[in-house]
Amino acid sequence: MTDLSLSNQALASKPASPNQATAFRLPTQWIGVAPFFIFALMFLIFPTIYLVIGAFQNSEGQLTLDNILQLVSDPSISSSYWASIKISFWSAIIGAFAGLAIAIAIVRGGLPSWTRSATLTFSGVASNFAGLPLAFAFLATLGRVGIVTTLLRDVLNINIYAMGFNFLTTSGLIAVYLFFQIPLMVVIIVPAIDGIKKEWGEAAATLGATQWQYWRMVVIPVLWPSFLGTVILLFANAFGAIATAYAFAGPALNIVPIKLYSQINGDVLHNPQLGYAIAFGMIVITGLANVFYIWFRTRSERWLK
Amino acid sequence: MKSGKFWAWVVFVVGAAYFFIPLMATVEFSLRMRRGVHSFDAYQIVLGDPRFQSTFLYSVVAAVFTIILGVLIVVPAAYWIRLRLPQLRPVVEFITLLPLVIPAIVIVFGYIRMYGSNSPLPFLGSNMGANALLVIGYATLALPYMYRAVDTGLRTIDVRTLTEAAQILGAGWGTIIGRVILPNVLIAVLSGAFLTFAIVIGEFTMASLLNRPAFGPYLQNIGANRAYEPAALAIIAFAITWGCMSLIQILSRFAPKSANRPN
Repeated sequence: MTDLSLSNQALASKPASPNQATAFRLPTQWIGVAPFFIFALMFLIFPTIYLVIGAFQNSEGQLTLDNILQLVSDPSISSSYWASIKISFWSAIIGAFAGLAIAIAIVRGGLPSWTRSATLTFSGVASNFAGLPLAFAFLATLGRVGIVTTLLRDVLNINIYAMGFNFLTTSGLIAVYLFFQIPLMVVIIVPAIDGIKKEWGEAAATLGATQWQYWRMVVIPVLWPSFLGTVILLFANAFGAIATAYAFAGPALNIVPIKLYSQINGDVLHNPQLGYAIAFGMIVITGLANVFYIWFRTRSERWLK
Repeated sequence: MKSGKFWAWVVFVVGAAYFFIPLMATVEFSLRMRRGVHSFDAYQIVLGDPRFQSTFLYSVVAAVFTIILGVLIVVPAAYWIRLRLPQLRPVVEFITLLPLVIPAIVIVFGYIRMYGSNSPLPFLGSNMGANALLVIGYATLALPYMYRAVDTGLRTIDVRTLTEAAQILGAGWGTIIGRVILPNVLIAVLSGAFLTFAIVIGEFTMASLLNRPAFGPYLQNIGANRAYEPAALAIIAFAITWGCMSLIQILSRFAPKSANRPN
């Protein structure tokens, strides 16, 4: 160091630029974030990679595509994927539009202001009210001896179970999942709707836009990215959900997370490597959903410019 | 505009009905245990059940440790990124979003295979190790919420000035984070903590697959074997979630709104 500064007087007399200072301190720079990265690597990234690698290995550790192929060829597995995708997709779509409608109603509908705060408070609670208690609530309501079931039967003479209602169908599960999907949409989309300024509507009206044109050309493009992002989030939310469905039927219900749960617990598929493949498939599907989201968002951002 | 308001009411009322009918029906159902009259029998049985008490206590302790672990990981990282390494922000944000993409069951499956009793890091070889792994798993699940809460809190304070002021007064890094930064973002941290608590308290998948005596597996067991107690438990769980969210709302009233507040 001394040598260097002596050989170049000009440089030595000049105070080190901030850039050099950071370069010199580089090792300590990482101390603050080190716990975070070590934790993320050890307990989030490596376990995931471990499963992904396992999905491409047979029990002797050789590379193979058999596990992945079996996801498609084994009808009980591929049907569980389809059931999960259907439930997650429709509960996300319906939840998103219902949540959007509620959000627009409380923000723009001219309702008294208590409806807004009450809805937001309740949505915060309901979006976190999932899992087993949610299933219990719906069983108490629409189960075979549930309050609403018996009321409908005794008062209106409607037997919903004779009409084919069942929690263990795709539509039954979607109806239950909406209980946390809709509020989650409300919680996320209300701030986005708040972001639409009144002036934009006035500006559009000044330029002669109809209400429909204002929505089509201003509101929808502005809301689109956060709306789509939330749809993806809702999809992943439903896709990984297991406790609610498990409370209805235990391991009998044929959706992917429950299939994986049974496989982890007791190797019901008689091939330990197949569990890795199922987990890999789940990551691929939620990952793909996010790729679509990023793709859509970059497109819509280009539009907004 | 008139019809707009009408439709807004329709949407609001239909939505309210969808959400309130199940809750009211659950309350009603939970009170029906004694034939013919309303009673709190189901609640008394549940609350008096020693397994309820032990599993609930277990989950509360797990939640507290989860919150501590989450704070220890997230606060220094979020602080350091604001102060020194803003270029890492996208990477860290991406990582904190991963638990929303990778389902909990996949994460815990990875743990079971990677940290089994024959692995180099045998978390699952001992009881305490498995408890630790559960807390770690919960901290992973809470990561997106904790990070966002803390980062929002840091945005409202002037991290750089506070740090430099503390350094001039001779504080070391531990003092700066523990006694300057943390108190300033305490409300944000507590918001994240209560949200974490609400997520963790009834969690089923991880606790069940790691074979822990937590509240989630207990709920599942009662749900599979009893009639009225699950409804009472659902109401209790809803009340806990409601309590956590109310505390967050109350706290947010005390939170500073911007870095340049007058005092």
